[in-house]
Amino acid sequence: MDLNKLDLNAPHSMGTTIIGVTYNGGVVLGADSRTSTGVYVANRASDKITQLTDNVYVCRSGSAADSQIVSDYVRYFLHQHTIQLGQPATVKVAANLVRLIAYNNKNMLQTGLIVGGWDKYEGGKIYGIPLGGTIIEQPFAIGGSGSSYLYGFFDQAWKEGMTKDEAEQLVVKAVSLAIARDGASGGVVRTVIINSEGVTRNFYPGDKLPLWHEELEPENSLLDILNATSPEPMNI
Amino acid sequence: MDSNQAKQHNLLGSEAASERTLYPYVTGSSVVAIKYKDGILMAADMGGSYGSTLRYKSVERVKPIGKHSILGASGEISDFQEILRSLDELILYDNMWDDGNSLGPKEVHSYLTRMMYNRRNKFNPLWNSLILGGVKNGQKYLGMVSMIGVNFEDNHVATGFGNHLARPILRDEWHENLSFEDGVKLLEKCMRVLLYRDRSAVNKLQIAKITEEGVTISQPYALKTFWGFAAFENPTVGAEGSW
Repeated sequence: MDLNKLDLNAPHSMGTTIIGVTYNGGVVLGADSRTSTGVYVANRASDKITQLTDNVYVCRSGSAADSQIVSDYVRYFLHQHTIQLGQPATVKVAANLVRLIAYNNKNMLQTGLIVGGWDKYEGGKIYGIPLGGTIIEQPFAIGGSGSSYLYGFFDQAWKEGMTKDEAEQLVVKAVSLAIARDGASGGVVRTVIINSEGVTRNFYPGDKLPLWHEELEPENSLLDILNATSPEPMNI
Repeated sequence: MDSNQAKQHNLLGSEAASERTLYPYVTGSSVVAIKYKDGILMAADMGGSYGSTLRYKSVERVKPIGKHSILGASGEISDFQEILRSLDELILYDNMWDDGNSLGPKEVHSYLTRMMYNRRNKFNPLWNSLILGGVKNGQKYLGMVSMIGVNFEDNHVATGFGNHLARPILRDEWHENLSFEDGVKLLEKCMRVLLYRDRSAVNKLQIAKITEEGVTISQPYALKTFWGFAAFENPTVGAEGSW
């Protein structure tokens, strides 16, 4: 670790893994919780799934500052829009507001976002808004640096018409796989489920996640291991 | 560390420095189009690449414009979406005149050319190559505009890699009054070559047709590919270690 090259003043960046998945009835949004400043983990329990309205949330990736300011502006505009409209904003409107800001400031912003929610007209919808400000409606979306490791996984594991529990399990499994391989993702897995009934937030701490290749069951101490394995006498 | 500091200086410096599109992010690959007996046929795959990752595989890159035209685009998808919004406004205002007139492909092509060229002059281009085709009053029209505003019309046009791979095929095999079937087969021949030889091509495409009657954009479909050459199965026979 060359201390001269460590950039402790680098902008806060959420390396991140973010996911949004539609299921039959709504959407499940998921994310990791690591925010890094260069190589230092500035926040190991961030909440990257941010509320825009009662029924629309956004997963943030890339520059922490950029994604926060975009969500703040969109929340502000959506609030006014909801008052004027007299009913909850649709997911499409929320996503297009995000796109507007992302596209018109494309030279300055470095944030990829996944907007997901439920409204009474279209049901559960997911919109991906990558760098540049393209808007693309998808049955599921992945983003952030950790998503590189998930393209193959989703190609194989995704299917249309999952139940709420299947969708959430898929999201948790996927974020956990990405955390295993992406240095910029880590911490806990947070999920937000949005459907006609409302919004449910779930929290999966690091120790409750499945273990993958070459990962070991965590222990309190070596001493426990040494004490536990008192050798059995050979049985000849 | 140095590049981070350089970026910070740029942001704090003059606003003018950041008012230019530097590079595209999500890009579409080639579009190929030909005139045929009844109108125009245009083909594009449905890929949206993010650098070298084939990230999006259901991007519609050919869209109808008004009653008389279709627009296909390669390059930055967000800029294409913005162009579609501008054209939507253009067509809307044209309809609102309610005077029986409607913008034809020549007019839309001209509008696009002005838009692209003026952005280029401000060093802030819309990062697309556009193909505009249509039929109005029996007149077929097929034109292209690049991101720097170069525009022209021809009997067959293509963007990106299509210029290098598809147009030679079209120069040999295109002729006046192609039937719909022959036109589709010709386009599919071009798209297959692009699939073999263009890294950013995906095997999911749409072919759009526009005639005096109207616009049809096909459902997405995939092309069969051929790999059964003996030399493919044993490429290094007689030259072990080669590729």
